[in-house]
Amino acid sequence: MHVVTFTRSTPDTAAKVWVDADGNVTWGDVATVVNPWDEYALEETIIQAKDAGGNSTVIAIGAELHNDALKQSIAMGIPNAIRVNEDGADLTDSLVWSTLATGAINKLGDVDLVIFGKESIDVGTDQHSYQVARKLGWTMLSYVSKIIEVDYDAKTIKVEKMLEQGKQVLTAQLPAVVTVMKGINEPRYPNFLGIRKASKAVIPEWTASDLGVEVPTSTTSVVAYKNLPERDITTEIIDGDSVEAKAATLVDRLFEEKVL
Amino acid sequence: MSVFVWIETFEGKANSASWEAVGVANTLASTMGTDVTALVFGENASAVGAEAGQYGASKAIVSEDATLSAFVLEPYAALLTQIVQDNSPSVVVAVGTNRGRELLASSAADTNSGLLTEAIELSIDGDTVKAVRPAYAGKVLMEVSTSTATKFITIRGRAFPSPAPNTSASADVTTTDAVLSANAIKTQVDSFESEVGTISLTDAAIIVSGGRGMANNPVDAPVDQSGDEATIWKAKHGYENTIQPLADVLGAAVGASRAAVDAGYIPYKHQVGQTGKVVNPDLYIACGISGAIQHQAGMRGSKIIVAINKDAEAPIFKLARYGIVGDLYEIVPALTEALKKKLS
Repeated sequence: MHVVTFTRSTPDTAAKVWVDADGNVTWGDVATVVNPWDEYALEETIIQAKDAGGNSTVIAIGAELHNDALKQSIAMGIPNAIRVNEDGADLTDSLVWSTLATGAINKLGDVDLVIFGKESIDVGTDQHSYQVARKLGWTMLSYVSKIIEVDYDAKTIKVEKMLEQGKQVLTAQLPAVVTVMKGINEPRYPNFLGIRKASKAVIPEWTASDLGVEVPTSTTSVVAYKNLPERDITTEIIDGDSVEAKAATLVDRLFEEKVL
Repeated sequence: MSVFVWIETFEGKANSASWEAVGVANTLASTMGTDVTALVFGENASAVGAEAGQYGASKAIVSEDATLSAFVLEPYAALLTQIVQDNSPSVVVAVGTNRGRELLASSAADTNSGLLTEAIELSIDGDTVKAVRPAYAGKVLMEVSTSTATKFITIRGRAFPSPAPNTSASADVTTTDAVLSANAIKTQVDSFESEVGTISLTDAAIIVSGGRGMANNPVDAPVDQSGDEATIWKAKHGYENTIQPLADVLGAAVGASRAAVDAGYIPYKHQVGQTGKVVNPDLYIACGISGAIQHQAGMRGSKIIVAINKDAEAPIFKLARYGIVGDLYEIVPALTEALKKKLS
């Protein structure tokens, strides 16, 4: 039994992010963190592997920067970490990314379950998990708020899924790709032993040829990054003799703005 | 070839946000000199397909197969992929709801096509479609393009206008079969628990949000509650009895900051911000929310922002068009009353 998860290093959520004069995205010298959505996937991977007495692996795809997220994952308690990188591969294209991810899962060979966080807060594309599932030909279960039961003998997984209209309970066949939501668990903090293990870890780097895959032609390209247009706002602080007077003035303003 | 647009349905009714995608399809089709075909799967698909004609689709391809009645990714993606392979549309567009995103991403992978997601602006140059989309949780914008034979696009909800319906128009409806038989589908729906009556944050034209300030409820917690428990009780009481009544008067959805969700004041599904929902309503009323950068990332696209906060220095006032400095537990009830008076 083997559970795999993916992670990446992203700027801290509190970081200011902007586009510099050369057109590159920067967050200054603020440290990166494990992509916040991935914390739930990492924790769920640890829980699922432990429940089944199985193995777990965390994979990052991309430059050396992502070793930080992998080390943090090791510190949390995932025993194996791998970074996949291929010079010249356009990793901003989700199909290129998914091809490498699929190659890594296939190379591991004995994987039953892949757990993703909802999305990455950097590019914010909620699409990689689905494309990996399609390329693997596996079942896809998205927006999972609870893994109710995994039966590795019967090869089934039962989950609770959040819909925009309510909650669904689904049973699906393994192997499966799952995306998990915030609230599915309480991600743990690494302990001292974990941090020590992570600091000594040497993370193997796999290339496309190690995976036996050909990097496909990119289907999309990033043209440019741009700063947000300045919000041209004058704030009117509403004053009045009483709370009622202030409320009435605000209501009038909102009617003038035609938002009511 | 034609521009295809997937119309999301739930229990036989179209998600009205899908008409925004039809509007985008109309614009793309007129630039490309072609027409719009609506794709509708599941219960009542023929009627919804015909309805798409009111918004500008000239044709509809529909399937009412029983395997498609509840949205399950596998049969939906298999059918969409088959339709794309049979018809080679130049574009497949949908509104970027949870389902729209997973369906189009899956079919784009099946057909090795470019996928542009969360588009807030679109342009065409020859065979290339270019999208502007938010990145880094809305802190910067990115321009992405694709030139593959079929281009898959999801648009951000409420970023493009919904076309005015022409009730005398209709689409030519063609029926197609499902691709996967019931026993070939590896995912089964065991049960569904509906949450009726709640307004979805992403669809809402108005959102009333509460933050950490919800804890300052002047109402006393029951005597058996103390410490954190009492604070949580007060905040929950505030969402139910102060925020919800304002939301009810406005027909608004209820939002929350991460701080409030993490403190246990309100369930996660209400969270607006970087690890919650990104919203862009016409009106966003932030009550007792300081406006941390993570929260701003989720709501700065709102047309008009109103801030109600005790702290005149709170960063939320820098984003707000209107602000009231004061206690939300005094101002929000007064606002609810003033609106009731005005709207009655």
